[in-house]
Amino acid sequence: MKILVGIKRVVDYNVRVRVLPDGSGVDTDGVKMSVNPFDEIALEEALRIKEAGKAEEVIVVSVGGDECQQQLRTGLAMGADRAIQVKTGESLQPLSVARAFLKIIEREQPGLVILGKQAIDDDNSQTGQMLAALWDRPQATFASKLTLSDGSATVVREVDIGLETIEIDLPAVVTVDLRLNEPRFVKLPDIMKAKRKPLDVVPLEDLDVGADSNLSVTKFAPPAQRAKGIMVEDAAQLVQELKNRGLV
Amino acid sequence: MSRILIIGEHDGQNLNLAIAKCVRCAQAIGGDIDIAIFGNAVDAIAAEAASLDSVSKVIAVSADHLAAPLAVNWAPEAVALAADYSHVLGPSTTLGRDLMPRVAALLGVNQVSDIMEVTDSSTFKRPIYAGNAIVDVQCAEGQTIVGTVRAASWQAVDASGSGSVESRAAAGSPASHSRYVGLEAGGGERPDLQSAAKVVSGGRALGSVENFELIYQLADRLGAGVGASRAAVDAGYCPNDMQVGQTGKIIAPDLYMAFGISGAIQHITGIKDAGTIVAVNKDSEAPIFEVSDIGLVGDLFKVIPELESLLG
Repeated sequence: MKILVGIKRVVDYNVRVRVLPDGSGVDTDGVKMSVNPFDEIALEEALRIKEAGKAEEVIVVSVGGDECQQQLRTGLAMGADRAIQVKTGESLQPLSVARAFLKIIEREQPGLVILGKQAIDDDNSQTGQMLAALWDRPQATFASKLTLSDGSATVVREVDIGLETIEIDLPAVVTVDLRLNEPRFVKLPDIMKAKRKPLDVVPLEDLDVGADSNLSVTKFAPPAQRAKGIMVEDAAQLVQELKNRGLV
Repeated sequence: MSRILIIGEHDGQNLNLAIAKCVRCAQAIGGDIDIAIFGNAVDAIAAEAASLDSVSKVIAVSADHLAAPLAVNWAPEAVALAADYSHVLGPSTTLGRDLMPRVAALLGVNQVSDIMEVTDSSTFKRPIYAGNAIVDVQCAEGQTIVGTVRAASWQAVDASGSGSVESRAAAGSPASHSRYVGLEAGGGERPDLQSAAKVVSGGRALGSVENFELIYQLADRLGAGVGASRAAVDAGYCPNDMQVGQTGKIIAPDLYMAFGISGAIQHITGIKDAGTIVAVNKDSEAPIFEVSDIGLVGDLFKVIPELESLLG
């Protein structure tokens, strides 16, 4: 079985993102970029499945400009066997990304596709579900446990009211939550090795992905700030303040 | 004029409170508001939905295979109804986040996730980068608008309505490739985190499962729901469904009390809409104090027992 893992290049989660003064976007100049943290978890899971002898090949896929090759190389250094860049200069919305992934799926015929549950830049949480819909296959979102058996998977999902378990036939799309695993650190020799692993570049135009532009982002603004609060000295003062505000 | 369909979330017994908040968002869009209820034996839930203020009609679709909220089974039902509507909305709960993108893809559109404000019937504000930026999203003319409603941004409408209920047969058949196994519910008897008026929350500083009991005790004294930072959940001090923040729950209680939570931006985005934020932390430099309304620099192991006795 092949496993396909999605990798998105995003602003590192430790960076405090600032909106540009003219409202045209956020400041990414000289800002540290990383693999979307959920995608690292997705890749780690795929690697563990392979190491357990249940998959033969792990392929990382990213949609973007050449700069995303950096994140694909990180994926290769973590242990992926090869990488595919779907090359485009445009910033695509989730439906187009899902369509591009579907084309790669048709070429590669994976038994499992693992993606992060959301990207921490757009916070959309759409691509995996859209891909499953277009592929007409099962989806198991927000996975915190994944158990493979012959031709199917049991997935524990983190939902608002607890932990839900579903069973899905493969091939399928799984999107991963934080507590599925802890991704491994990349070691220096692996970075060297990753440079020799194959990275295919596929121009988006070659995939014949239809245009989708039903949404456009017209303005960026900083969030509203909360008014400055007060500090109290002890528990008694705190309770008094809460009483004054009618909260207890 | 807009025709808005809201996909109703429920637990088989009651309508999720987030749906009354979706109705408020639909009111802001303006137009006819209908609610679809998918499930099995949903008469009581449909009646509850029909009683929400300004709801015209509830479409109840009952079938065995719709009893569990599997997106693969619910999405075709939503798509079958969508042709009559300009907008199809769901809540930004885990159910809505699972279901609605599947609906959007089947309709061939991108989704507007986490609608926090309506500018007009096709322009919406939503947060990105963990709430560090707010964007205006403009939807193209002539295509169905699919969106999820960020519940914490909207007040629930009341139950003063008198909509009609129409039962329909399921349009789709069960997907054989996906099977619902079961739910291990967390939470227990305490107020639901996403609708509680008060929430007491604990962070890594609690240090252990045993110590986290302090948070439960204070919450029970206040009749509050219980939340946690990602660090506390990752450390195993409490269940995952308590996590508040960018990748957990976004909440807006009247009172939020954070103990031993440093206040990473990913956590802050989950509590920004709270009425009053109280922070207790040993570290006077903790970023949580930048957003707190009432801050106290102190040891939570001393402060919590004091609060309990003062509130007793």
